[in-house]
Amino acid sequence: MGWFTRKDKNIVTPTEEKKNTPGGLWHKTPSGVIVDKDDLESNAWVCHEDGYHFRVGSKEYFSIIFDDEKFTELDTDMESKDPLQFVDTKAYTDRVKASQEKTTLKDAVRTAYGKTSGKPIVVAAMDFSFIGGSMGSVVGEKIARAIDHAIKKKCGFMMISKSGGARMMEAGFSLMQMAKTSAKLTLLAKNKLPYISYLTDPTTGGVTASFAMLGDVNIAEPGALIGFAGPRVIKETIGKDLPEGFQTSEFLLEHGFLDFIVDRRELKDKLSLLLDLFSK
Amino acid sequence: MAIYLDFEKPLQELDKQIKKIKEVESTGVDITQTLKELTDKRKEQTKEIYNNLTAWQKVQVSRHPERPYTLSYINAITEGEFIELHGDRNVKDDKAMVGGFGMLDGKSVMFVGQQKGVNTKMRQYRNFGMPNPEGYRKALRLMKLAEKFNKPIVCFIDTPGAFPGLEAEERGQGEAIARNLYEMMNLTVPVINIIIGEGASGGALGIGIGDRVLMMENTWYSVISPESCSSILWRNWDHKQEAAECLKLTAKDMKKNKLIDGIIKEPLGGAHADPDAAFKKVKTAINKHLNELEELNADDRITQRIEKFSEMGVFAE
Repeated sequence: MGWFTRKDKNIVTPTEEKKNTPGGLWHKTPSGVIVDKDDLESNAWVCHEDGYHFRVGSKEYFSIIFDDEKFTELDTDMESKDPLQFVDTKAYTDRVKASQEKTTLKDAVRTAYGKTSGKPIVVAAMDFSFIGGSMGSVVGEKIARAIDHAIKKKCGFMMISKSGGARMMEAGFSLMQMAKTSAKLTLLAKNKLPYISYLTDPTTGGVTASFAMLGDVNIAEPGALIGFAGPRVIKETIGKDLPEGFQTSEFLLEHGFLDFIVDRRELKDKLSLLLDLFSK
Repeated sequence: MAIYLDFEKPLQELDKQIKKIKEVESTGVDITQTLKELTDKRKEQTKEIYNNLTAWQKVQVSRHPERPYTLSYINAITEGEFIELHGDRNVKDDKAMVGGFGMLDGKSVMFVGQQKGVNTKMRQYRNFGMPNPEGYRKALRLMKLAEKFNKPIVCFIDTPGAFPGLEAEERGQGEAIARNLYEMMNLTVPVINIIIGEGASGGALGIGIGDRVLMMENTWYSVISPESCSSILWRNWDHKQEAAECLKLTAKDMKKNKLIDGIIKEPLGGAHADPDAAFKKVKTAINKHLNELEELNADDRITQRIEKFSEMGVFAE
């Protein structure tokens, strides 16, 4: 009898005693540092060792920004309607449904009202996990209404961008969300309320070419990809390799399109000071 | 030599026949009857084809190499009373974006638009109608100039997109377009935007905010070109026809979805078949809408403009 032969028939361990190894306990940064999930959570999802900012979504940003993680979410039930009955290799409605099931989100942005360091603020945070954070009617409308809410509450507005750009499957509707969000920002400006635009990895296309670049203050996370055209398209157009660091936050700061770069761990304190500097 | 699009083959055949008949005339044969029959037939055939264009065929017409471009419209509408103004006062003069004051029936109007080239050399010179950030900034400078002197603005849109280049990124292509959307929203003077050819994405929208957004009959306006859409969603370029249908990018669909304000009819066979007729139709449309817009005061125009764009979109809640 070999040592590997099972002595008892069948598996006898009761389900509740099963030792599960949950997935995603460890994360790896591009430079190869392995980080424990709990360590990351307590460090704003930034690697202790090399400072790499892991991509996170609205849930994490809300927990970083809002005091005691308390906030009122706005327009929680809004979802896409497929105005063009768009079908490519897959129906758009199926894509949305699949994304909703996978992410438990309704669409690629969540908006909320609450307090940060004791000061009222409206925050809109995008979720890249939902169809690449792309902007269709829902994203545009939720941002527009978030701005309306900031005007109503006479408080500042913060946009956390993280998006591949406009959503192709809503075509013309998506394009016009750029116009809609920009229109609302002019109203915010008329009310002399501050708009803080926080650009995170990645922010490209129609999002860069509308609200993301229109902040009274434009700030970014370190090392984020920020641009209008995607790097692959530019490479194909010019037929040359792109220089190192092209389209990073640091590159944009150097070229004058950002006010400063802020580490996610210092975001809340910087935001607090900024809001004070606008109001006191 | 006329240029025929693939679906215009029947017209090419008829034109050949007409040419042959005309050659026979020199031999003294009376061709009046045959010629009339052929030209009538050509007209019918053109109607038949042009009344049933698919989305992709319209995209092809919008890119027809003989289609009139922005400066042709401006020169025709102002009867040459136009002074082009150059430069963004910052980096350089973008040849893919043109603009200046022109006289429209005795009234000064600021014209702005993307410009494509008419031959290989000029196409390069104009960067194929793809502006760099300085193009958008030049456009904004001119629009602000118009606002200062209380002159209405007409934007002609015809671009395959904002240029996706290295320097364009360095100089903030995204910021330049975003700034235009923002500033154009609150221009105190009337603004009319007309898509005369291609209206590709942010590159088009960058001069596309106004009180009346009009599309010519055989143009397209969308978030992406059918080719790029095909390459991203289907991972190859073979589905451009399908993509063109899906994107609902024609004037008719854009109007139906309330994303534009009106359509300007084109002469039979498209703007390139009879440019003078196209210029006339565009001029009539500009005059009509300017008259309507000048009835309103600046605040009302701005409020309506902002409300119009704010209402765009379809969602459930």
